[in-house]
Amino acid sequence: MSSLFAFTLLGLFTGAAYAIMASGLVLTYATTRVFNIAHGAFGMVLAFTFWDFSQRQGLPTLLSLFLVLGVVAPAIGWGIQRFVTRGLGEGPVSVALVVTVGLLVGLIGLAQYIWPPEPRVLLPFHAETGWQVGDTYITAHQLITIICSIVVAVGLYLLLNRTRVGTAMRASVDNPELLKFFGGKPDTAAALAWAIGMSLAALAGILLTPVVGLDYYALTLLVINAYAAAMLGRLKSLPLTFAGAMGLGILESLAVAYLPTDGFWSTIRPVIPALFLFVVVVAMPQTQLRIGQVKGIIAAPVPTVRKSLASGGVLLAFAFVLIGIVSRADVLLIGVAATYAMVMLSLVLLTGYGGHVSLAQFTFAGVGALAYAKLDEPNLLGLVLAALIAAAVGALVALPVLRLTGLYLALSTLAFAVLMDKVIFQADFAFKFNGTLATERLSVFGIQIASDTAYVWFMVLAFVLMGLFLLWLRRGALGRILIATRDSPSGCGTLGLDLRWFRVGLFSLSAGMAGVAGALFSGLRGTVGAADFLYFQSLLVLLAAVVFGVTSVTGSLLGGTALMLLRSSSPELTAVLFAILGFGAVLLARDPNGTANHLFKLGRWSTNRVLPRWEEQFRERLDGLLKANRPQPARSVDVPVEAAIEEPKGVS
Amino acid sequence: MASTTLLEVDDVIVRFGGVTAVNHAAFTAERGRITGLIGPNGAGKTTCFNVITGLQKPTSGRVRYRDRDVTRWAVNRRAKHGIGRTFQRLEAFGSLSVRDNVRVAQEIHGGPLAWLRPGGSLLGVDILLERVGIADYAEERADSIPTGAARLLELARALACEPQLLLLDEPSSGLDETETDAFGDLLKELADEGCAILMVEHDMDLVMTVCDEIHVLDFGEIIASGTPADIRTDRNVQRAYLGYSEDDPAAGHTSEMEVVTP
Repeated sequence: MSSLFAFTLLGLFTGAAYAIMASGLVLTYATTRVFNIAHGAFGMVLAFTFWDFSQRQGLPTLLSLFLVLGVVAPAIGWGIQRFVTRGLGEGPVSVALVVTVGLLVGLIGLAQYIWPPEPRVLLPFHAETGWQVGDTYITAHQLITIICSIVVAVGLYLLLNRTRVGTAMRASVDNPELLKFFGGKPDTAAALAWAIGMSLAALAGILLTPVVGLDYYALTLLVINAYAAAMLGRLKSLPLTFAGAMGLGILESLAVAYLPTDGFWSTIRPVIPALFLFVVVVAMPQTQLRIGQVKGIIAAPVPTVRKSLASGGVLLAFAFVLIGIVSRADVLLIGVAATYAMVMLSLVLLTGYGGHVSLAQFTFAGVGALAYAKLDEPNLLGLVLAALIAAAVGALVALPVLRLTGLYLALSTLAFAVLMDKVIFQADFAFKFNGTLATERLSVFGIQIASDTAYVWFMVLAFVLMGLFLLWLRRGALGRILIATRDSPSGCGTLGLDLRWFRVGLFSLSAGMAGVAGALFSGLRGTVGAADFLYFQSLLVLLAAVVFGVTSVTGSLLGGTALMLLRSSSPELTAVLFAILGFGAVLLARDPNGTANHLFKLGRWSTNRVLPRWEEQFRERLDGLLKANRPQPARSVDVPVEAAIEEPKGVS
Repeated sequence: MASTTLLEVDDVIVRFGGVTAVNHAAFTAERGRITGLIGPNGAGKTTCFNVITGLQKPTSGRVRYRDRDVTRWAVNRRAKHGIGRTFQRLEAFGSLSVRDNVRVAQEIHGGPLAWLRPGGSLLGVDILLERVGIADYAEERADSIPTGAARLLELARALACEPQLLLLDEPSSGLDETETDAFGDLLKELADEGCAILMVEHDMDLVMTVCDEIHVLDFGEIIASGTPADIRTDRNVQRAYLGYSEDDPAAGHTSEMEVVTP
C-alpha cells in the first residue's frame, strides 16, 4: 500500500511538469487556433539554451533561468506568432499543421547544428537536497517542479480571469473578428499567449531534462504527453488539462512499478502517453460539422490523360537510361528515391487532394514492408496483400478519430507512429529489437526480378502506375468529391455524404499506397528492420512533399529525389538540411502546390511567351533572308503570307 | 391534412451557453406547399434549419420527418432521405466549376458505386443549371461567380439530390428584381411537383407572393403563424419588426419590413 502511495507521489511530480508543458500548448492553441506540434521542440531548444548559458558559459543558474524564461523564450514566442503563425488559425488545418511540423524538424536540425551530439548533463536543481517522507525520498527538484506547476496554474488563472488582456485572450478563443470590432487587440493577446506558451515550454523542458535527458528527440516528443493531457480538456480547459497531466504522470509511474521489467510489457512504458491519448480520443464526444467554407485553397493542376501518359513514358525511358549508366550503389539510391516518391504519392491523395494530414505515412510503409516480409510470398499477390494489410491498419488508426476533426486525426497519427516505432516494430513478432527480416524480391508472372537494375526500374514503373492511378482518381467522381469535402464539409454532409466513413476510406487507401512502397522497398534492400521506419521519417516525407508540391505527381517525384539526397548526405550536413527543409516548409506551406507548381508556371510561361517570341524572331529573320534574295512580291500576295505568320501565335 | 405533413418541428429548444437561440419552436412543412420562416436577424431561423438538417443538436425537442423521429439522425442520413438545403453563408465548393458543383452533388447522391463508374451523363446537370438560370456560369469556378448566382447554384446542387423537403436560407439575396420573379416562379413549380419548401427570406414581396403559410420568429419564439394575409395584419409581427413597443418606440428593425405595412 505504501509503495502505491510512493509511486503515485512520484507520478505527481512528472505530471506537474507535463501540466506546465500542456498548459502552454492549450494557451497558444486556444487563443490562436494554431496547434503547435513544435511545442516540445521549442522546449528542447530552450533546454539546450539553458544548458548553454548555465553549463557552457558558466552563468549562475538563476540568471540563466531568468534569461531563458524571461527573455529568450518570450522573444521567440512573440517572433513566431508575429512572423510565422499569424493568420494560420483561420486557414485550412493542414497548413497550420505543416508549418508547425516544419518548425519541429527545423528546430531539431538547428539544435543538432548548434549543439552537435555529445554527452551533456543538466543536473536537477539542488541535486543534493531531499527529504525522507515515510518510505519515499522526495528531491528538491521534485518539490520545485510541483511548486512551479502551482505557480503556473494560479498565474494563468489570475491572468485569464483578472486582467484585461486575459479577458481579450479568452474572447479571441471565441471570435477574434468580433474582438477586433469591439476595440480589442487579438494580435496583442495572441503574441502574449505565444510568449507565455514558449516560456512554459522552456520551463517544462528544463524541469524534465534530468528525467528524460538532454536529447533532441525525447524532449521534442514531450508534445505527445502534453497533447494527451490537453485532450482531456479538449484543448480548451486548463483545469482538465492539469488533471489529465497528473493522471498521465501517475499512470506512467505506476507502469514502472507494476509492469514486468522484461519482455513485451517492458517496452510499453515509453508509449503510455500515446496509449492514454487513444483512450481519451475514443471517449471524446462527437464533434459537429464545421459550417463555413474554407478559404484560400488553390486548385491542384490536373494534366490531361495524354500528357500524363507521355510524361510517364518519358520518366520510364529516362530511368532506364540512368539506371544503365550509374554505379550499383546509385541504382539502389534511385530505388530509395522511388520509395519516397511513392509514399509522397499517398500524401498527394490524402493531403493534396483531401486536405488531411498524416504524420505516420512512412510508418504505413513500414507496415507494408513488415507484412511483405512476414507473408513470405514474393509475388504480386504478396504485394497486394501487404498493401491491404497496410490499408486495414490505416483504417484502424482513422476509426477512433472518426467522430473528430482533421486536427485530432493528424495528431493521433503522430502518436500512432511513435507507438509503432517504439513498441510494435521492435516486438518479437515483428522486426525484433535491433533485428531485421530477410525479404525476397518479387516475381511477376513467375519471373523473379532479381537484378538490381531490373528491380529498380520496376519500382519506377510502380511509381508511374501509381501516379497514373492517382490522376485517374482525381479526374473522376472520387476526385471531385475529394475537392468538395475539402472546400465545404457541411455542404457535402447535407448532400448525403457520410464524411466519417469517407475519411476512413481515404485514409485507408492512402495507407495502402504507402504499404506498396514499403513492400517494394523491403525487396530492394533484401533486409528490413525497425530502424528503416522511424516515426521521424514520416515528418520528413510530409515536409518534402509539401515543399515540392503535395498536389501533383511531379511534386512527389521531385520530393522523393530530394529526400533520397538528404538521407544519403553526411551527418553534419543532415542537420543543416533538416533545418533548411523544416524552415522551407514553414515558408512554403501556404502554397500547397509547392515548387512543382512554379515549374509548371515556368513551363507555361515559356510556351506562351518565350517560344512564340523566338518563333517570331526566327520568322522575321527568315523573312528578311527571303526578302533579300527575292524581289518584293505584289501587295495582294503579301496579305495571306502575313496571315499565315500570325496564325501560330493564336494557336499557342 | 395529416398525410401531407412531411416535416414536424416539435417544441425545439436550442441554447448556446446562456443564450436561447430557439425557444419552443413548433411548426410543420407540407408536401406541395411553400412555408416561409421570417423574423429579424438573430431570431433563430438559421438555427432552426441547422436543427432540421442535423448540423445542430437541439437542447430539447423533436424533429419528425415522414412520420419518423429523426432528431438523432446524422446529417448525411437525413440528406439521403430527402432533406436538402442551401446556406445563408455560402457553402459552394469554391475550387470546383459551377457544373462540377452540381455534378458532384449528383455523384454523392448516387452513392459509392457510382463513383467508380467512368463518365456519367452531364445532361441532367446542364438541365438543372438551365432550370435555376445559371447555365452561363457553368464553366466558371464557383468562388468567382456573383453571390446571387452562387445561391442559385446551391439550389441546383440541392435539387440534384432529388429532395422531398427543401430548406432555402435567404435564397434571393443578391438577385435583382427580374431574377427574383423568375426564382419565385421556380419555387412554385417545385412545390407543384410535390416538394415541400421551407424558406427563410428577407424579401417580403417574395415571401408574400409565393408562401402558402408563414411563421414569424422573434428571439427564438414563434410569435405568429398564418397565411400571408394574416401575417400582414398581425399586431405581434408589426411590433417585432417595426418596434411598436410602448416603452421603446425607437427600437426595431425597420429596414427589413417596410413592405409589410403599405
